[in-house]
Amino acid sequence: MNENDLIERYHPADRANHWLTAITFILLALSGLALFHPAFFFLSHLFGGGPWMRILHPFIGIVMAVSFYFLAHRFFADNLMTAADWQWVRQIRDVITNHDERLPEVGRFNAGQKLLFWVMIATMLLLLLSGIVIWQPWFAPWFSIGLNRMAVVIHSVSAFGLMLGIIVHIYAAYWVRGTIRGMTRGVVPRAWAKHHHPGWYREVNKGAK
Amino acid sequence: MALQSLDITARSATTTPSPGVRETQKVAKLIDVSKCIGCKACQVACMEWNDLRDEIGTNHGVYDNPLDLTDKSWTVMRFSEVEVEQGKLEWLIRKDGCMHCADPGCLKACPAPGAIVQYSNGIVDFHEENCIGCGYCITGCPFNIPRISKKDSKAYKCTLCSDRVSVGMEPACVKTCPTGALVFGSKEDMIQHAEERIVDLKSRGYKNAGLYDPPGVGGTHVMYVLQHADQPQIYNDLPKDPQISLLVELWKGVLKPIMSLGLGLAALTGFLHYVTVGPKETEDD
Repeated sequence: MNENDLIERYHPADRANHWLTAITFILLALSGLALFHPAFFFLSHLFGGGPWMRILHPFIGIVMAVSFYFLAHRFFADNLMTAADWQWVRQIRDVITNHDERLPEVGRFNAGQKLLFWVMIATMLLLLLSGIVIWQPWFAPWFSIGLNRMAVVIHSVSAFGLMLGIIVHIYAAYWVRGTIRGMTRGVVPRAWAKHHHPGWYREVNKGAK
Repeated sequence: MALQSLDITARSATTTPSPGVRETQKVAKLIDVSKCIGCKACQVACMEWNDLRDEIGTNHGVYDNPLDLTDKSWTVMRFSEVEVEQGKLEWLIRKDGCMHCADPGCLKACPAPGAIVQYSNGIVDFHEENCIGCGYCITGCPFNIPRISKKDSKAYKCTLCSDRVSVGMEPACVKTCPTGALVFGSKEDMIQHAEERIVDLKSRGYKNAGLYDPPGVGGTHVMYVLQHADQPQIYNDLPKDPQISLLVELWKGVLKPIMSLGLGLAALTGFLHYVTVGPKETEDD
């Protein structure tokens, strides 16, 4: 068994689902920032100008919500926090300083990935609900102005939380070498799996025998 | 809509100063509710000058017609029958429309550069060609004034006839008012005129008569003389102490700058981490 042999980490359907969510997220983040702060308003040109951006943003949001629903379904069972995961969180210093040898054994996903999963579930739900309330011209007039005010605040705070989470997610994928290929081509080297996700690697080997 | 361009005090979603070399006098429209007879000539003048024809509605059994402000009806008379004291019924008629706040919540909330401007004379104007139809102005307004058109998804409201005022004329509603309930001039003069009216009203038994120029929004450029200034809410829910909602202040005043900065810092932290600590590599890589 060669250390550089590749093993499958994500099915093609996992990858398609992940990237549909990712692309819609990027589009939503760019248009959302343009609607949030004048420093980003120039991004509205990417969507054909302000009115087109305002029209498209909520529809793209619905696509992301549906896509993420399936993604959450796919990865739900692998994202439940365990006692070892909380230990991992307490040793976040070792994680950040690359002292991986001191960390408890990691399964298919590490605690950072799992926490991102839960942050995404919470923020996506809030974004969907508050987004419907402020959706002009279709739904916003149904709701009181007071509720609209609450919804814009919830929408912007949860968008901030999600964007922060995704910044960490993107950086971590780059930081932990070999990770990106897992999601683009679906495969990772055995050495990568053994090092970063030993618990998962054992499971995969058990199945292979 | 506007003809002015050198006298802009504030412009929505704009972080640099707007063209403002020309200083104009602060203006105000004073609505003396005690003189209003509810004839709606102002509503007619408004639609005529602005060349707007709202859809013909239905009679709802009340004098209010149309029942609410719309994208084409920028001012409406609101009629309330109020028993101010036992056995003393008063018919209070309030001309509703944009108050032209000195601290406009609509402008604060608007994300589209230049869709809302405030002139140095105090008029708050919507520039519909820059409007993106998001409805944030509705969220920001403490008086529930802007309306989004179903036809073009742009927000509309009273302009205080900024086009007329810029060439030295008074607003169309003021021009047409047959009783002198509407007057227009410098804000200073209007306050003085209001004081005289209040003295008169007090001498006739309206001991709580007063001027409605709410400080919570920095004062307004449309003011009311009210017979019962202690309870503005009896004039069809005119807010007693209107302010930009705390949620809107939180959103646009606090979260907007802090969260934008936060995202930038997060990205920078990632970069610095990479160049100081370095990547996580597997042994054999």
